[in-house]
Amino acid sequence: MKFLRDALDKVKPHFEKGGKWEKFYYLYEAHETFFFAPDHTTRSTGAQIKDAIDMKRLMMTVIIALIPCLLFGIYNVGYQHFIALGQPDASLGDMVMIGAIQVLPVVVVSYAVGLGVEFVFSVIRQHPVNEGFLVTGMLIPLVLPPDIPLWQVALATVFAVIIAKEAFGGTGMNVLNVALTARAFLYFAYPSQISGDVWTYIGENSQAVDGFTGATPLAIGAQVVENGEGFVQTLNQYGQGWADGIFSFSNMFFGFMPGCIGETSTLMCLIGAVILAITGVGSWKVMVSVFGGAYAMGWLLNLLAVNEYMAMPPHYHLVIGGLAFGAVYMATDPVTAAHTETGKWIYGLLIGMLTVVIRVFNPAYPEGIMLAILLMNVFAPLIDHYVVIANKKRRLQRATV
Amino acid sequence: MSKFIKLKKGFDINLAGKAEKKIAEVAQPETFAYKPTSFQGILRPKLKVNEGDVVKAGTPILFDKKNDKVLHVAPVSGEVVEVRRGAKRKILEIVILADKEIQYESFKKYSASELSSISKEDAVEQLLTGGVWPNIIQRPYGIIADPEETPKAIFISAFDSHPLAPDFDVLFKGQETYFQAGVDVLKKLTTGQVHVNVNADAEVSPVFSQVKNAEINKFSGPHPAGNVGVQIHHLDPISKGDIAWTVTPYGVIQIGKLFLEGKHDASRLVAVAGSEVAKPQYYKTYTGANIKKFVEGNLKNDHVRYVSGNALTGTRIELDGHLGFFDNLLTVLPEGDQYEMLGWILPTTKKLSFHRAFGLLSFLNPKKEYVLDTNTKGEPRAFVQTGVFEKVLPMDILPTYLLKAILAEDFDEMEALGIYEVIEEDLALCEFVDVSKHDVQEIIREGINLMQYS
Repeated sequence: MKFLRDALDKVKPHFEKGGKWEKFYYLYEAHETFFFAPDHTTRSTGAQIKDAIDMKRLMMTVIIALIPCLLFGIYNVGYQHFIALGQPDASLGDMVMIGAIQVLPVVVVSYAVGLGVEFVFSVIRQHPVNEGFLVTGMLIPLVLPPDIPLWQVALATVFAVIIAKEAFGGTGMNVLNVALTARAFLYFAYPSQISGDVWTYIGENSQAVDGFTGATPLAIGAQVVENGEGFVQTLNQYGQGWADGIFSFSNMFFGFMPGCIGETSTLMCLIGAVILAITGVGSWKVMVSVFGGAYAMGWLLNLLAVNEYMAMPPHYHLVIGGLAFGAVYMATDPVTAAHTETGKWIYGLLIGMLTVVIRVFNPAYPEGIMLAILLMNVFAPLIDHYVVIANKKRRLQRATV
Repeated sequence: MSKFIKLKKGFDINLAGKAEKKIAEVAQPETFAYKPTSFQGILRPKLKVNEGDVVKAGTPILFDKKNDKVLHVAPVSGEVVEVRRGAKRKILEIVILADKEIQYESFKKYSASELSSISKEDAVEQLLTGGVWPNIIQRPYGIIADPEETPKAIFISAFDSHPLAPDFDVLFKGQETYFQAGVDVLKKLTTGQVHVNVNADAEVSPVFSQVKNAEINKFSGPHPAGNVGVQIHHLDPISKGDIAWTVTPYGVIQIGKLFLEGKHDASRLVAVAGSEVAKPQYYKTYTGANIKKFVEGNLKNDHVRYVSGNALTGTRIELDGHLGFFDNLLTVLPEGDQYEMLGWILPTTKKLSFHRAFGLLSFLNPKKEYVLDTNTKGEPRAFVQTGVFEKVLPMDILPTYLLKAILAEDFDEMEALGIYEVIEEDLALCEFVDVSKHDVQEIIREGINLMQYS
């Protein structure tokens, strides 16, 4: 690969100070450091050796952890498509093909637009391109419906990167989770394209089978409060005739149900969780406490149940909606989560509890994890503040003067 | 009362090229240097000698106008051949061309039994004039202790857990009497205890295990268990207003020799170690030795970096450079100034990382030795990864918040978050493991300087 190094070395002087493309130095640097780990050496005092990890490796590990969700998402989009059309026997290849045609453009648009914005900012503000977008660019498509118009993906990505991140100074300085900001933007700006029957891609001019409604389990949850029917019973009966047992507990755990591209499968999220936890990239404390908080709150509501939604067994909360995806990939974002180890427990626990509260008591918005995480993003510094105060108090207690 | 403290947090960096427990015969270096830069907080150094002057081991050559009682003396006898200066004429090194046979200034001699009866004032006087006082370092701030102060306790770490650290058993073999004398003298300077902290995970040299008049505490765990700052934190932490002193075992022995033999003896063993050294072993020499004789013809390749001290806290020196005042170790590392194709992502078993996102299975082979070069392995970024610093700092301190308080120059926060308890070496591992590649040790010193001088 010497020719690549030679080519980079040849153009490098143009980008360096005094060169004709000096302004675009960080653009060049982003590409150079992608292909070649830089030749920088440590300072003459202090640590003369450094740990092998860098930000790129860290972010890439998250992407690796997202791959199971992406692959399953591609398959599931196709699978749901054929179920809705009454052709559950379609070949795996066809399903993956349909899924890929729907999903990959969303991924490409998200990366292209987001990296474009990053590049523009790196030139304007003369800072290195943030590696954080490597992850954000993958997270955004996975929390959107398969039917989402691509221009909306682009708009949401631009909004999220500029408002949620660059306005604060880039990766590491942002207050809100960037990918969730993109989704929240779409939810409030274009609600009709992100709620309703958008969770299953049916295709233009195609006819869905009789009885197909395109609801998700959480939408059903909102309905049973009004209807007074048993939640679990409704879920089990759902899809009769065109997809028996689509909302059985095991089906929801494995993810063969309508929903956002990447978040339907709790199993895939758990695989991702294992990757993040054993590599130490995502905090297992946050993940465990989100699940624990949701379960505890679900259990508490179950005890107090005054309607059928509240009476749902708590473990159902863990497999419906985006709870698992949110817990594993969104809540663990190290920048927007609590930074202290004690704070992480509190932060995750509150996200889990709030998610269930929003789901059960807010009929206007059936999914709760997005709002819960964004809300706790804002409160994370406060949680940390009190953990830090506790540390200072311990220190003061032993002071003698 | 002696304590046993088990530390779980930390990380041992197992570098290749540990010095063999053998003292090599080598011609003595021709020059030795006294480096004021080895000490923090020397504000206005004044030379007492000029180029061409002849000195003996123990002749005062430098003092700090801000702390003029503390004399810095020549480690060897000979001729002052050069005063190397840096920017703004800062004194970097006072280079002495050594005599073949070292001549010593003579100081008052005491017998071991007399030591118990000398007064504190006499002891301090002898320590100052004999030039061994700079061995005594004050916490907070890690500066040379003020002879006017009385510390609440004195701490001696009797092991070194840094990468490639020399074995104290080899360094101080047979120095029991001097170490004991040093402890006896130090005991006079404090109202509290003299703590000698030994390694619970290895055999302890009788130099330390049999010492009297001091409290022997055991520490177990990975690096930084051997750091005296970590030990103080667990034994008797430093709060606002507290003053504690620390001395290295070498310093204690030098103090003992001054009192028992009446001379400033700067002879020491130095380990030359690192993956690039053909024969890593120990050499008998004096403080501030020129390193050339130790490495010439003893290297596997010549594109290397010479580090006075260890790979975590040391200072880069040239081939013609001299070791620092406190350093018993010369580390030779491969220079890492090369590009590496896709170096950030390719799987490899050769790189060492505390993070499991790199070398996930390295825990299967905990004894494996690594060859690490001086490449930064990435570029500086904002703080992103959290909770890692806490895993390598076995103190009840929140390093990220402390660092941010320093960067924000928030004095109250720095104080409340524990700036008094740390110096650079305590957070050196944080600098090593930092994904965002911050210069953590430099930030800590900035914070200490802010606390001290503002």
